Amino acid sequence: MNAAEPRSALLRACYGGYVVLFFVYLVAPLAAACVFAFHDSEFAALPWRGFTLDWFFGAAEPRLGMFHDRRLLVGLANSLVVGLVVATAATAIGTTNAFLFERKDFPGKRVLFVLMVIPLVIPGVILGISILVFASSIANTLEERLDLELTFLRPGLVLVVLGQLSFLTTITTLVIAARLRKLDGALEEAALNLGAGRARVLATVTLPFLRPALVAGFLVAFLVSFENFNTTLMLVGSDAPLTITMYDRMVKGGSTPVLNAVSLFLILGSGLLALISILIQREPTRPAAATPEA
Amino acid sequence: MKTRDADRLALILLLTPFVMWIGLLIVLPHAGVVLLSLREKVAPRMFEYGLGNYIAFLKEPIYLNTLMRTAVMSLLVTALALLVAFPVAFYIAKVARARSRAALLLLCLVPLWVSDLVRAFGWIVLLRETGIVSSALQALGLAAGPVELLYNDATVVVGLVYTVVLFMIVPLVSTLDGMDDSLIEAGFNLGGSRLTVLRRIVVPYAMPGIVSGSIIVFMLTAGSYLTPVLLGGKTSMWFTEQIYDQFITRFNWESGAAFGVSLLVFTSLVVWIGLRLTGQQLATTVARR
Repeated sequence: MNAAEPRSALLRACYGGYVVLFFVYLVAPLAAACVFAFHDSEFAALPWRGFTLDWFFGAAEPRLGMFHDRRLLVGLANSLVVGLVVATAATAIGTTNAFLFERKDFPGKRVLFVLMVIPLVIPGVILGISILVFASSIANTLEERLDLELTFLRPGLVLVVLGQLSFLTTITTLVIAARLRKLDGALEEAALNLGAGRARVLATVTLPFLRPALVAGFLVAFLVSFENFNTTLMLVGSDAPLTITMYDRMVKGGSTPVLNAVSLFLILGSGLLALISILIQREPTRPAAATPEA
Repeated sequence: MKTRDADRLALILLLTPFVMWIGLLIVLPHAGVVLLSLREKVAPRMFEYGLGNYIAFLKEPIYLNTLMRTAVMSLLVTALALLVAFPVAFYIAKVARARSRAALLLLCLVPLWVSDLVRAFGWIVLLRETGIVSSALQALGLAAGPVELLYNDATVVVGLVYTVVLFMIVPLVSTLDGMDDSLIEAGFNLGGSRLTVLRRIVVPYAMPGIVSGSIIVFMLTAGSYLTPVLLGGKTSMWFTEQIYDQFITRFNWESGAAFGVSLLVFTSLVVWIGLRLTGQQLATTVARR
């Protein structure tokens, strides 16, 4: 018998009912956004007029589907590029950070660790304006003093990458450091004793052990980058990532269910990536029954 | 001696990317914002350093009210998120059987990664004048005409709780998971009522999770932009909107920087007070996972 469970049947039912209600609350808006992706009408509203795939594959206005909508596709491509670049950089720096904090001792380590965590608790809008201000002041100084015009320091995809990198590196560092902490030092020691060089130990023992965390860190960074809005909003130039393109249409209003189609696409994509990153981080060696939940 | 040199070299090599990242993307940019916020325009292309931007901010009731409103609503959302999340987290960690526990946690973790934009859009589809809820109310005869459920504070609060509640559940589940069931049993055996066991055993045990969840939720709410703007419309009066307005719409960067610093100082203050009151530390709570 479970001690934590209420004893009376009525209370147990109420408690279970509450949990069910919570999951309904969790799913309802997502379901609402998805259902109208298949609505055979120009409006994402009841009454239901039938089923169609036009909002995915429709080739012409007024039924322009997401796979023929140039602006949405350009946004998608921008988001993919930004996400891949940011995730790669964040995983690389996160790995060196993990070794720095898990394997090295140096004066001021505690202070630097707090500094490493802080980006997580700075509002995204402020990260955005700080990068904007910093890049613009460098660009302005160079322009005035040297008559040098560096366009990549002006709002655009490069600044979006830098802005997202500023806080995503904290996330990848935490994910990778948690895994590195679990590595038994005796394994590396044994490899060293058997005559392997440091580089060889890193390549054959340490990095393979870290791989699940590296992949999970990369996926999480990619996902958060892809969906980021607040930091991106302050740094975006003429070529906007998908979230910004979608937002512009939402505030303008009167949009067709193509937005629902994109939403469904995003929900499936992010759900799938999240699922992969969660499954990867599980311990594969131990039997499932003995594995403690994350 | 050779290994010591090698160790030093390794330390320097590992410190370099860290210092580049934290220095160039966090420390210097934020110092730049603080500096910019202290700059006042006295004449075209002439600037002086002073507190003018902050004084202007304090003197304009709209700005100050917006900051206060954002803070109060963020605290309300944090409290509601904790209230909604705690029973669910307790259920997942302690009541559910092993197999359904993993499934329920997964059910929480997957929507956590769905974009805020999509979630806000889902609420719009549900709640707008032509939305599903409005149509349902009319069909049931509970409303005579279309009902506009967007653009009011209650909707903004519900939507904000929705976007942040999972960030509360995850740390709560992971702390409660580490709690031995025998602690609860011992409480009952010693004659404690359900309420006493909850208050004296479960809540104190879950405190690190409660604090870390609350900090993340509060910061996310106070710094949110999409949900208040999309669900609140013109009535939302959210502070991040003012920052955006100063920077992008009015191109008054000096005053926008002062707004940004004010928000950062204010939210940090709230988090610091919360940490002091509960006796927790930032690095150990937020970085626990």
